[in-house]
Amino acid sequence: MPKLVKDGAIIENDWTLMAKPDGEPAEASVPEGKVIVPLKVWQAQKDTLKSRDSLGVWLDTDETADELGEEAREFPLVAVNFPAFADGRAFTTARMIRERYGFEGELRAVGYFLAEQANYLRRCGVNALDFGEDRQQHLEAAVEALNDFTEYYQSSVDQPLPLFRRRA
Amino acid sequence: MYIYDEYDHRIQSQRVTQFRGQMERYLDGQLEEAEFLPLRLQNGLYVQRLAPMLRIAVPYGLMNSRQLRQMAHITRTYDKGYCHISTRQNIQLNWPQLEEVPDILQSLLDVEMHCNQTSGNCIRNTTTDQFAGVAPDELVDPRPYCELIRQWSTFHPEFAFLPRKFKIAVNASQTDRAAMKVHDIGLQLVQNEAGETGFSVYVGGGLGRTPVVGSLIRDFIPEKHLLSYLEAILRIYNQFGRRDNKFKARIKILVRAMTPEVFAEKVEAEWEHLRDGSTTLTQAEVDRAKSYFTEPAYESLDEAKEQAVVDRQANDSKAFSNWLMRNVSGHKKPGYAAVTLSLKPTGISPGDITDSQLETLADLADRFSFGEARTTHEQNMVLADVKKSELFDLWQEAKAAGFATPNIGTLTDIICCPGGDFCSLANAKSIPIAEAIQRQFDDLDYVYDLGDIDLNISGCMNACGHHHVGHIGILGVDKKGQEFYQITLGGNASNDTALGKVIGPSFNAEEVPDVMQKIIDVYVEQRTEEEPFIDTVNRLGISPFKERVYAKAS
Repeated sequence: MPKLVKDGAIIENDWTLMAKPDGEPAEASVPEGKVIVPLKVWQAQKDTLKSRDSLGVWLDTDETADELGEEAREFPLVAVNFPAFADGRAFTTARMIRERYGFEGELRAVGYFLAEQANYLRRCGVNALDFGEDRQQHLEAAVEALNDFTEYYQSSVDQPLPLFRRRA
Repeated sequence: MYIYDEYDHRIQSQRVTQFRGQMERYLDGQLEEAEFLPLRLQNGLYVQRLAPMLRIAVPYGLMNSRQLRQMAHITRTYDKGYCHISTRQNIQLNWPQLEEVPDILQSLLDVEMHCNQTSGNCIRNTTTDQFAGVAPDELVDPRPYCELIRQWSTFHPEFAFLPRKFKIAVNASQTDRAAMKVHDIGLQLVQNEAGETGFSVYVGGGLGRTPVVGSLIRDFIPEKHLLSYLEAILRIYNQFGRRDNKFKARIKILVRAMTPEVFAEKVEAEWEHLRDGSTTLTQAEVDRAKSYFTEPAYESLDEAKEQAVVDRQANDSKAFSNWLMRNVSGHKKPGYAAVTLSLKPTGISPGDITDSQLETLADLADRFSFGEARTTHEQNMVLADVKKSELFDLWQEAKAAGFATPNIGTLTDIICCPGGDFCSLANAKSIPIAEAIQRQFDDLDYVYDLGDIDLNISGCMNACGHHHVGHIGILGVDKKGQEFYQITLGGNASNDTALGKVIGPSFNAEEVPDVMQKIIDVYVEQRTEEEPFIDTVNRLGISPFKERVYAKAS
């Protein structure tokens, strides 16, 4: 089973990430078990999916936190996707899911991002980093990079008070 | 000047360690070239035509003598003994070794300098008026606000991978010396009717491929809301700015596509969520920022008496008098003046400064100006607090060091990017064009008679030389592998911000000085008494200039 970084530790990834369906989201079949479904699939099949215990949802980079909104709190896991590491929209999405919509479960980065982005991701509220099966070699570098910075100027999810409100 | 405390040191030192590690992983093959790219750019490191280029941040242009001496040391140790002042008040090294960059960053940190976010798709160095804090027409000192923005934008976790680069400028005077309206965000310090300090907010200005003058989206944001309002703007941009096309990714394209009105509504709606949150500035923090920019120990001087000394000296020396006229400007304190040291002598690349000049500058700053100097976006240096009675001494020392070319604001004080000689983006060389024009106009009295003329040269569409807002703009273009130059007239970077109009087909390098001469001839023939160049261009339009430049030889 591939591994991921969660809360600073490398552990097994027991969730399945469901790809976006080619056809209508309403007609896509959702596999059994712990599955992270695309936002559109969740929206289209809410009535039937609602009853499942372990269901996560993922937002693509062009889907804003507002599109999921407070529903986020009904999931144990929300993921934000990086189609490319230079596409930084997920940083805003993650932060808003935490700060505006009060999500307290596992917030996971998926897709193509860099270990070097781990610190900023953590500060935006992401606590799990799934590099995928092909990029397992980056897990340890990511754990190290989580604490590239231990002091920050701005307010962020991990430190809601900006430095100027904490400076002695 | 801002001084680091233990927090600033910790953050900056963690940055140097972080980049050292990233560099090691890259050299070790664990990071691909394309993956290392944004990481090195956010530490100021470009890979250029001939060698890497390192862009060092000079926050809002301010440096102390210790930093100037360290820069001299760095250029000697890690480069070829000179560096370049950029049009965004930063310093560029042209020949550093890739592997040595982490050591350079450490040397910079030793004097509280850095290369944070001087490149890449993130929030860049905030710029302001080079006469901040001393300008007679200033409302309040903009530098404390620039420092607050610097800290807020430094390693901001949400905005490090924006659609494109993002530049903020702050202006606090009646005259806009920060080219504020051609920035992604331009902030004009203002006071409302109740006497509270705040900002007018302009968004979506910029040069480059699609030059646009920024739109006013808010008349007044109180100072305590500055950072949360900026955060709202950045958040809208990060979510909705285009990422499919690099050339359409700047915020100006988004503002135009949405219309400024709709963009403003979105920002306001976002800001409603953020306002009064923890990012709201406290009075204590504003006061703390201001405490670093208090007045130096000015002497109480008699303006008339000090001026009389200068007048006497000017009477005896035409050269000194010229320098006073062009390179010395007003100061809010009686008996003091601000001095611009020219980095534009003919034959030197505009903005270049050597290691020994940096050391001389440090000495001059210590002796004449409370140990501080400033870089300007026109690529010169300023000593902002000089006693008028000491101007003559300073002038003589500056002259010996090659700093006293009395051409500030004139046709030969050319803004110029490094161009095709150094930059891998450039379509054409720019430095030799600047030099050819300086040689064409080598008669100082003639140049003085022409008065204030902004001549700006960029080697490509990226417009680092700000050609769109030069009264005369020159843009290097590539035509089937040949270098050509397109001329614009009527641009303006000051209060009446305007973009120049192209006068017609482009010229080859040899033709440019002659074309400049023809443009200047039309001005001299057509101007009314005391009419500056830009006013003549605005009054006549470009037609008479165009006719002369493209007239067939008879």
